[in-house]
Amino acid sequence: MTDTAWIDLALTSSRPQAMGALLRYFRNLDLAEEAFQEACIRALKTWPTNGPPRDPAAWLIFVGRNSGIDKVRRQAREAPLPPEEQLSDLGDREEELADRLDGSHYRDDILRLLFVCSNPVLPATQQIALALRIVSGLSVKQIARAFLVSEAAMEQRITRAKGRVAAAGIPFETPDAADRAERLATVATMIYLVFNEGYSAMNGPDGVSADLCDEAIRLSRLLLRLFPAEPEIMGLTALLLLQHSRARARFDADGSIVLLEDQDRRLWNRRMIAEALAMIDKAMRHRRPGAYQIQAAIAALHARAERPELTDWEEIDLLYQALERLQPSPVITLNRAVAVSKREGAEAALAMVEPLAESLSGYFYFHGLHGALLNQLGRAREARIAFDRAIALATNAAEAAYIRKQLDHLADEAGHCISS
Amino acid sequence: MLYAVLCYNDESVTSAWSKEEDDRVMRDLTAVQSKYVETGKLGPVARLLPTTAATTLRHATGETIVIDGPFAETKEQLLGFYLIDCESLDEALAFARDLSTANPSAGSYEIRPLALYEPGGLPS
Repeated sequence: MTDTAWIDLALTSSRPQAMGALLRYFRNLDLAEEAFQEACIRALKTWPTNGPPRDPAAWLIFVGRNSGIDKVRRQAREAPLPPEEQLSDLGDREEELADRLDGSHYRDDILRLLFVCSNPVLPATQQIALALRIVSGLSVKQIARAFLVSEAAMEQRITRAKGRVAAAGIPFETPDAADRAERLATVATMIYLVFNEGYSAMNGPDGVSADLCDEAIRLSRLLLRLFPAEPEIMGLTALLLLQHSRARARFDADGSIVLLEDQDRRLWNRRMIAEALAMIDKAMRHRRPGAYQIQAAIAALHARAERPELTDWEEIDLLYQALERLQPSPVITLNRAVAVSKREGAEAALAMVEPLAESLSGYFYFHGLHGALLNQLGRAREARIAFDRAIALATNAAEAAYIRKQLDHLADEAGHCISS
Repeated sequence: MLYAVLCYNDESVTSAWSKEEDDRVMRDLTAVQSKYVETGKLGPVARLLPTTAATTLRHATGETIVIDGPFAETKEQLLGFYLIDCESLDEALAFARDLSTANPSAGSYEIRPLALYEPGGLPS
């Protein structure tokens, strides 16, 4: 690790707590962010020579709060900043401040910060960008690359998001149990969006899209450390870990999509899978099923199967039925149709899929699965039409390439279902 | 004498490592381990999943309670441990120092002598 890499890591891991506390103190996102940046600059100056403080987050909160106060005073009275040397004498005060940080305050600080970024008044893309910027500390450049937009456009998106959040108001009262539950659900949705953004944009196991998945997992683990008894947060974390555990197997050397059943399972990250399975075990003990837990349980059944033919499709079908009852959705029915095709054949699955044509006409996977089922039934001409529509709707090059490969193999008797 | 070397670190820091960083630390730790494996002094080595995967059963005044997560929120968490057979505390400290050199982020290595060691029957 480089000389300053440990400082970067300490700043990154302290960021949510420090930003949350500064936001509560200044009640202004821009002021909190500027205060945190100032504290980071001072950390980069003093920690290499003084050594790291015992509690980096508390140190950053103290220094950031003081620099923010100084800024307010300067704007009011043009008062000078205190001499830099005085900051080196922070040991005793830093210890005192650290002792006064209590668990519930810091938990709600971080939840509030995440909740502000998850505000439903923001479109999904702005929620994701704001969370990556404010909570994760990614640079505008990094976020712009992840979204494939220019830095100027991303800067504008983040600025607009901050403006809307400021207009909507930030709740500073300590939340009650109902408020906290609502915030958790909102934040979980945002984290899922961050993950999906990375997952669907991926065209290989590395790169900025994989970083988004890593970041979503980090945010979800953060939330779980704050609220360790929440089964839906366990389910969310497990789901993200299971999906990401397959990153190295999802693409071949050419960057083409490899379907779940064709993936080299030796490439799956077994440690992530083990962690996810442990969380699902814990979540199930609470007997409070939710959508994330059920989706995680479905992904776990795939992860547990050493070979595709060992997959428990009956259990997967039952879980999708449970998910349909919780959250009726044509997309869930579409996914369930894959399990039905494994258990009962393409005819039964096709009967489930065709009624979805109207509501899923703009959905890539619908046409991909429709084409695959028609192909299995020997209806090649209809399959070709479905595959052509899937290609037109593909959201990335890997998806389009996969469907083209299917078209190339239309003569094959054995088709594949869409499940990557 | 058998010693346990218990490895503590701030989990929010170690879980922020990139895969390359994590792999490099593991590779360097493995290099340290192999020196002691060759001498026949190193016993079981374990790395734990994060505390978010932990469950605690707490027994107090005749009642047992199951808690999600570790027993206490602490600034550093137990991330793994080594068992090592050393002639002296100094030798155990030397081993811990080698580990800390391989793992450059701040952390603690708690060195505790064993009162009892039963290998158990797990296949290896």
